[in-house]
Amino acid sequence: MSREGWINAALYAGLLAVPLWAWLADEPFTITLATRVAILALAGVGLNIALGLGGLVSLGHAAFFGIGGYEMGILASHAQSYSPLMETPFLIEGTKSMPIIWLVAVLASGLAALVIGALSLRTSGVYFIMITLAFGQMFYFFAISWPAYGGEDGLSIYVRNGFPGLNTLDPIQFFAICFVLLSAALWLSARLAASEFGLALGAARQAPRRAETVGLSPYRLRLLAFVISGAITGLAGALFADLNRFVSPTMFSWQLSGELIVFIILGGVGRLFGPVAGAALFITLEHFLGGLSEFWHIYLGLLLLLVVLFARGGIIGLLAGRRVAHD
Amino acid sequence: MTDPVLSVQGISKSFGAVCASDGISLDLRQGEIHAIIGPNGAGKSTLIAQICGGLRPDAGRIDFLGRDITGLSVPARARLGLARTFQISALAMEDTALQNAMLGALMPRGGRLGFFRPVLRNAALRDTAMQALERVGLADQAALRTAELSHGQRRQLEIAVALTLRPRAFVMDEPMAGMGAEGSRQMTAFLEGLREEAPILLVEHDMDAVFALADRITVLVYGRCIATGTVAEIRASREVREAYLGEDA
Repeated sequence: MSREGWINAALYAGLLAVPLWAWLADEPFTITLATRVAILALAGVGLNIALGLGGLVSLGHAAFFGIGGYEMGILASHAQSYSPLMETPFLIEGTKSMPIIWLVAVLASGLAALVIGALSLRTSGVYFIMITLAFGQMFYFFAISWPAYGGEDGLSIYVRNGFPGLNTLDPIQFFAICFVLLSAALWLSARLAASEFGLALGAARQAPRRAETVGLSPYRLRLLAFVISGAITGLAGALFADLNRFVSPTMFSWQLSGELIVFIILGGVGRLFGPVAGAALFITLEHFLGGLSEFWHIYLGLLLLLVVLFARGGIIGLLAGRRVAHD
Repeated sequence: MTDPVLSVQGISKSFGAVCASDGISLDLRQGEIHAIIGPNGAGKSTLIAQICGGLRPDAGRIDFLGRDITGLSVPARARLGLARTFQISALAMEDTALQNAMLGALMPRGGRLGFFRPVLRNAALRDTAMQALERVGLADQAALRTAELSHGQRRQLEIAVALTLRPRAFVMDEPMAGMGAEGSRQMTAFLEGLREEAPILLVEHDMDAVFALADRITVLVYGRCIATGTVAEIRASREVREAYLGEDA
């Protein structure tokens, strides 16, 4: 195993060991922190497919995170009030079942990514950043001005959604669900990166003219990466809303898009476990420094500055050295 | 005589008042190397871009393998078997030479990309790429990242990527650019043998290479094609000498 492989394994084991220890020590708050890390890492793994593999700096991934969150909120709120979403032309009822909510979250955010991507990917560079930001803000203001689902106040879900055979209100069981989904996304991401699609997408990022002259369409490759990326981030959004049992327009905020990028830069752009390392560090800092000062972001800023100046490969890059070909 | 593989018929392209291509016609026949020469600013790059699909001509048409490709995109033309190499290497620098060489073979005519199988464990793809690397003399560098290759090796890798496309015609934009005398000589010898596989439309500044390789030469000046002929004819042409070759020809 390569050095990066060992570091990834250690991170993975650590993310599993901390909540297990907390469970034995009866520290539910720590389990919740670890669950936050797993969910935000999942959102970051999604973004990393667009940003790391595809080189697409999307400042609008909060749109997908929020769509996942609101999709869960809407379905669950209708289920808890026993009112169907719509009756004509056919009946759609709300649901409290996680697997259905996840599926709808993936489909809805994937579809949104298809539309947003199809339009945004006609631009590149700073224009791409701005247009994705604009789409994210559109969703944000739409959510604020949508009174049916709480508007600015957001939407509370009283009981966490259910998963067959599990008690999702037990923190360690909910953590397990999030951890398994994160693992699946990491596995998918690793497979994609090493596949023909990953090679082609990497060529489209590094040498788009070359990709075209070997018969590949950079636009289509990027669009597909963007859709997969958005769908995974949307799934994370549904889990995040379930963790908090609350959805609000802040899930759509551009600050959230920015935080997702921060995870990736801290952890290592294009590194499989970059978002995991970044999200873990972010939440740890938020927890410990946030207890010291309301203005803990200044320390995060300093750290980010150091990483960008001296450790371009992020934490993983710093520890594992330069990336080696995945053979 | 068989139909030409590639035929350019009266294409014109203007950028504002500048006429970069002014009714250019030329063709590329099976088994030949057809060189395009001309001073800087003669419109060689514009011509290549129109042939390969990056620019759309204002007028005229381009046929490839008996089919009108004037309206096709760059990837569509590549999938038909039109392989291009760049003057300034366009390669995935973070990837290895082997991974780059695989790129040409990813999209076999009408194929689909795999999403789950690790590309480096695809034996067929790997073999195709290794063979191409061997042919250009880069087999020992297969596992090196492209960023670690020398300039000359990157030029060779450019050719290897084009080879894995299994092209029906090559369009090469200054394959000798920036290579030393020895590198140029090796590249010349290599291209010599390549014409049997697929004809080459060669844009090159190295006149020794052009005269050694070309079956026919087209001379471009100010977007116009002022002469087409064999090496001997072009050397003998007064008009060409005056316009381009100068005293040393």
